[in-house]
Amino acid sequence: MQDLVPPPAAPDAEYLMRDTASHPPAFAPGYKTSVLRSPRNAPIAISQTLSEVTAPVFLPQELGALDHDLLRNYARTGAPVGERVVVHGYVRDQFGRPVRNALVEVWQANASGRYRHRNDQYVGALDPNFGGCGRMLTDDAGHYVFRTIKPGPYPWRNRINDWRPAHIHFALSGNAWAQRLITQMYFEGDPLIATCPIVRTIPDEGQVRALIAQQDPAQFVPLDSRAYRFDIVLRGQRATWFENRIQGEAA
Amino acid sequence: MIDLLRETASQTAGPYVHIGLAPKAAGFDVFENDFGNVLTTPATQGERIVIEGVVHDGSGTPLRDVLVELWQANSQGRYAHPADRQAGKALDPAFRGWGRACSDFETGVWRFETIKPGAVAGRGGVLQAPHVSLWIVARGINLGLHTRVYFEDEARANAEDPVLRLIEWEVRRKTLVARREQRDGLPVYRFDIHLQGENETVFFDI
Repeated sequence: MQDLVPPPAAPDAEYLMRDTASHPPAFAPGYKTSVLRSPRNAPIAISQTLSEVTAPVFLPQELGALDHDLLRNYARTGAPVGERVVVHGYVRDQFGRPVRNALVEVWQANASGRYRHRNDQYVGALDPNFGGCGRMLTDDAGHYVFRTIKPGPYPWRNRINDWRPAHIHFALSGNAWAQRLITQMYFEGDPLIATCPIVRTIPDEGQVRALIAQQDPAQFVPLDSRAYRFDIVLRGQRATWFENRIQGEAA
Repeated sequence: MIDLLRETASQTAGPYVHIGLAPKAAGFDVFENDFGNVLTTPATQGERIVIEGVVHDGSGTPLRDVLVELWQANSQGRYAHPADRQAGKALDPAFRGWGRACSDFETGVWRFETIKPGAVAGRGGVLQAPHVSLWIVARGINLGLHTRVYFEDEARANAEDPVLRLIEWEVRRKTLVARREQRDGLPVYRFDIHLQGENETVFFDI
């Protein structure tokens, strides 16, 4: 794959059909909440129009200077408690092209496994210096990077003793509405990954492995932070060699 | 056969999606600039409307932790994106056409303040009826759901819309048409979404 030169994409070309086998099914009863929240009808496939190949464009000035620094963006009296980590990676499309200027939004629990959210009642302590959210835009190489503390695992009411592995939520907004994606990143070596009912909604082991960030010693900050790498793939944009009628020009 | 990279697997947005996408709703203030549900400024061109609704689960219970995003063209039917090169339609510098709304934690009602979009060119020269796209994520939703909102008072355009006409079961098309009401002098389009059950909303594989 990496040796293949991707075909040129026209700006309004279609995106590849979504490979549904890459994703969890809507109805995944091991994750109980999905039972009543999953459509029973099959989604209807449509040919993409301008509505699907466009998406909001975000500008750097919309984001604050500390938005991507979770160690500092909610710090009140000092640094948050926990293991300091840098998380970084590349956002590419299925042809390997960088997705530039993608909005990457992240959120997570603190080191105790507690979320700063009005609905989270877990006994784990809140950290007055940790909000748990951040956001950034990818650069011209599709690269993103942020600093945070490693989130803790926490229990949740699915079966009575289910625990979420440590994870960071990611929301990706690329160049097209069809590329919109929400996922979760896990940490290499976490034994809870294997038994997590939400991880297990994904039918494909390779797809699960791709959600597990690898420790990246080359990017450790000496005497400060470890680093993890998490690459993300969004849907690929096709070339339009023979047909380009998406905007309604005559055939 | 040539292998492509596989799209990263989706995972549910979870119950605390607000922390990342709408921290004020989660109960705290962290960013200077929050992305919200008001798409207009005083300078925006077009007819002011509200689009609101509730997302119901298969038991009919409102989802009170859902996040909905909206993407639409401007009043002339043009998207604020470089791929849109439709002739004769101007961009509106005061309208991006994107927003996100959280359902109320008590009632489950979500709401957008926006403008009615113009019609956008469809494929092969067929005009699409005015519509907005919605993307729905929440705890229990494993892959974000795509749907479209059409407008009750565009019956003629809706009848010709190539996407609506693609829905084989005519009885299901009405799940995509928002009901127009008038409230405090403002048109309010009501668009309730049913994830499951008798009136299950049509979702699209885009």
